[in-house]
Amino acid sequence: MRGDESISAAILAAKARGEPALVAYLTAGFPSRDSFKQHLQAIAEAADVVEIGVPFTDPMADGVTIQRASHAALAQGVSLRWILAQLAAMPRVKAPLLLMSYLNPLLVLGPEALASSAARAGVAGFIVPDLPFDESAELRAGLESQGLALVQMVTPVTSSQRLEQICASSQGFLYAVTMTGTTGKNVAVPPEVTRYLDTVRSRSPVPVCAGFGIRGREQLELLRDHVDGVVIGSALVEVLERGADPARWLRDLRLSRS
Amino acid sequence: MSFGSRSRGSQGAGTEPRNPAASCDPLADLISGRFPDARGRFGPFGGRYVPETLIPALERLQQGIREHLHSANFQQELARELTSWAGRPTALTFAGRLSERWGARIWLKREDLAHTGAHKINNALGQALLARRLGAKRIVAETGAGQHGVASAAACARLGLPCTVYMGAMDMERQAPNVDRMRLLGATVVAVTSGDRTLRAAIDEALRDWVSDPLNTYYLLGSALGPHPYPYLVRELQSVIGREARAQIIERSGALPDAVIACVGGGSNSIGAFHAFIADRAVELIGIEAGGRGTALGENSATISFGRPGVLHGTYSMLLQDENGQIQETHSVSAGLDYPGIGPEHALLASVGRARYDTASDAEALEAVRTLCECEGILPALESAHALAGARRWAESHPGRSVLVCLSGRGDKDMPTLQKTLLAAKS
Repeated sequence: MRGDESISAAILAAKARGEPALVAYLTAGFPSRDSFKQHLQAIAEAADVVEIGVPFTDPMADGVTIQRASHAALAQGVSLRWILAQLAAMPRVKAPLLLMSYLNPLLVLGPEALASSAARAGVAGFIVPDLPFDESAELRAGLESQGLALVQMVTPVTSSQRLEQICASSQGFLYAVTMTGTTGKNVAVPPEVTRYLDTVRSRSPVPVCAGFGIRGREQLELLRDHVDGVVIGSALVEVLERGADPARWLRDLRLSRS
Repeated sequence: MSFGSRSRGSQGAGTEPRNPAASCDPLADLISGRFPDARGRFGPFGGRYVPETLIPALERLQQGIREHLHSANFQQELARELTSWAGRPTALTFAGRLSERWGARIWLKREDLAHTGAHKINNALGQALLARRLGAKRIVAETGAGQHGVASAAACARLGLPCTVYMGAMDMERQAPNVDRMRLLGATVVAVTSGDRTLRAAIDEALRDWVSDPLNTYYLLGSALGPHPYPYLVRELQSVIGREARAQIIERSGALPDAVIACVGGGSNSIGAFHAFIADRAVELIGIEAGGRGTALGENSATISFGRPGVLHGTYSMLLQDENGQIQETHSVSAGLDYPGIGPEHALLASVGRARYDTASDAEALEAVRTLCECEGILPALESAHALAGARRWAESHPGRSVLVCLSGRGDKDMPTLQKTLLAAKS
């Protein structure tokens, strides 16, 4: 199965079980380089898709939690090359893997080399928060050659015309940002957000996952009929900061648990 | 290999003025004013690399620029404020004693005499006027040396707009007088303690603020960088420097200068000084970057001299970065030059050879501060002192020729640094 198809399939399989898929985010090498493989394996058992964050010095779309985790990982020498080498050397995990990276660390490798080394490492796709649709043709072409997904984002302020364009090009899933702002703030789920998600879902040929500020079961319950999955980022990083068990925390989050 | 290096088909909305498609001779295209192209590119550089949340705000800004910037009505309002409030045109000073000492004829474009003490007011005023027309409820700005913050605070006070300025905690220490000025002018100054605690972290934080409320907030970016259309907008507002200077020097000396020299951090005073001279191919354009205390990564802020292409703060340009694409911390004695990137138009000017970029060290800049004070009775900003240090070197190899130096700002704000350096050494 191509990378982009494996992501969509994993999300739809969760949805078929009657719950939103959990797309779990882990900053690579946080809290420590040594714990990376262990945390990744554990999270991949509990989540449906895993986003591995490539740390960057200037994460402009991220709030304080992910900024902190990124800087801690960089201080330990974590890099894209290190992440790809770790992934290539470990047994394949259960859930499809996405790399979430700002553009500049990816430019260093170039699109073809990036796509082939990512494919070798078992990566299924990419999310690049500072690469809007209009600038994405070259990276998308590079990833496409290896069947890898480029997940696009839409937001509540995206115009209707632009939403059409982005829906037509997103692969794996469509990342629907639930609010304006950076990651990690606790947000309510007002009716305009669910209406927006319904609109996005009605237009998108791929599954729709909501992200930015999703932290608990209550929000999941409110979102469940309006999305195919949810992205859990800062809240999970905070679990790691507390030294708690991320897999257990994710299993507790599942709506179908009881 | 870089993603930004290929030209692709036109998709974005055009900028103003609308330019025909670029040919394959970037220097000719540059001279004929074809950049930025419809996609916000200066040759391979520029573009719009921002989170999706900011795209509608950038499109609205682009639309606003198209509608207002070159309209007679807006230009009249801007000209009136520049003249009656900001003190333009600024003087062109022939530096007689300095010319004798350095051996070439040295002309100073006196942006230090503009209101709030630097060229930054040209851009801050223009963008604040535009923001008001676009219905902005509040303004956010970043600042390094504090000059853009002070200019933004002043322009916002003049127009009755609330203003929040993000400033790196380290810059707040070394530019303390400007922090108080901003507060007196009614701005809220937010200390940025994340990242490297300088200009770059302040831009990160201002962008995060803007992402949180892109509909009501106007981001008043202070340099000729960031996502399209900012590099274009800032250049248009700063090019008044070179337009005035070109007319003044022709009137006074009967000829164009042999060279134009300006300091380069993000690159706004330099692009403003250069722009009117781009088509004058006999005029050498020289940007002086901060050489800091050495050539190693982290010891300077000399982006063109030591950087590689990459994407930071929304634009594809030259960057000081490591082999993993991580942005490097920079050093300069002057906070306004202490930035790891540079505006995309400078990256193009360098790549096609229309401008040349050199460095001046901390020590050379400090020495130039002393010399200008002694010879001409002018205390220059540490940033502008880099341009003077570059002019000194140029003068030594071009005796008798004429050079226009953009004296981008005055040095009052640098007293805390000068007390620890020049004044400490004297006593």
